[in-house]
Amino acid sequence: MERIPILRMGHFLLVTIQIDLYDRLATNLEADLVQMVNRTGARGVLIDISALNIVDSFMGRILGNIGSMSKIMDAETVVVGMQPAVAITLIELGLELKGVHTALNVEKGMELLKQKIGPAEASDEDDDEDGTE
Amino acid sequence: MKQDYFKGLQKRKKQILENWMKSQLSDESLREDLMTNENLREQSEELLNAILGTITEKNISEGMTAEFEQVHEILAGISISRARQGYSPRETGVFVFSLKDALLNSLKEDLSNDPKALADVVLKMNKFMDSMGIITFETFIKGREEVILRQTDEITEISTPVIRVWDGILALPIIGTLDSSRTQVVMENLLQQIVETGSTIAILDISGVPAVDSLVAQHLIKTVAATRLMGAECIISGIRPEIAQTVVHLGIDLSNIVTKASLAHALKYAFAMLKLEVRKPMKDKPSL
Repeated sequence: MERIPILRMGHFLLVTIQIDLYDRLATNLEADLVQMVNRTGARGVLIDISALNIVDSFMGRILGNIGSMSKIMDAETVVVGMQPAVAITLIELGLELKGVHTALNVEKGMELLKQKIGPAEASDEDDDEDGTE
Repeated sequence: MKQDYFKGLQKRKKQILENWMKSQLSDESLREDLMTNENLREQSEELLNAILGTITEKNISEGMTAEFEQVHEILAGISISRARQGYSPRETGVFVFSLKDALLNSLKEDLSNDPKALADVVLKMNKFMDSMGIITFETFIKGREEVILRQTDEITEISTPVIRVWDGILALPIIGTLDSSRTQVVMENLLQQIVETGSTIAILDISGVPAVDSLVAQHLIKTVAATRLMGAECIISGIRPEIAQTVVHLGIDLSNIVTKASLAHALKYAFAMLKLEVRKPMKDKPSL
């Protein structure tokens, strides 16, 4: 079965959606992602949808679900790179993706995540960086 | 004898044209500023030729049939071009109806000794000219509507400029009423520009919007929500006191949207969000 790869990057999980999401794939992604958050204890999830041109209400709901689920597992979700057409469609469908943060691109999304997970984790990371240098 | 008077008209074409031109030139609604008399004469002659070339005893009573297609086309062309040039309906009407006078006068002279035939042909001619009048006004109004449509398009196009006020800050001054179709254009332009410039803050200035009702507010909220989905922050500025009053009276909740009284305040807020500072240069630097 096709799956969307979930990459781990430090405290964060990285998902890049590069193909059209059909419903089955989306529900799999939702389940995999929650499992992954649990297993790795990730503090943030970054979903890149810049290659996604078509979105429907189901897809919108899945994104919202991922956000809410991660939230109660103490992980923040950032959706990055949404296309204008997709944003307009979601708004017209009445889905505002509450509980999900958004950013223009991956870089800004990463910054946002680092900022969101609080100074404790950030200082950990700083310590790590200091240690390696 | 009955077939003769249309041929008679053909022969007297020159005189009819002269009469027609005379009555057009003497009418007070003549627009010499829009068209020279030579052009007017050309137009008139073309139309008259077409009419006299097609008109016969048989087809005059049948109204605007396929035989009159050429007449129809010429008339429609003249009428539309007049609508575009800014002629008034009256001035366009005079053009056609003064031809009727000229034709009827000429028929009167031809048939002065046969009142019965005269009455008959005058009635038919009247009917024919009336249908010409209807065509004129139909196409005239169509021409005017085209002008209006084109202007509406132009207004929508130029009325939604997205300005890049700073690196990462876009401003969009909205002037005029916001309706659904315009909101769509505004939203698309704004989102497109956000992607192109990679801006994180958009300022929507509504000081030029005359009235805000629940529908307009709904549109604004939608635009802000779409901007947020893209990952940018949207500030609404230019909330005039009257707008604040209506918004509260209508019970519209704008509390989860950043609103500022003026564009300056919004810009200041945006600078603060980007951790930028605007300062006056120090006049005398002790270190130098």
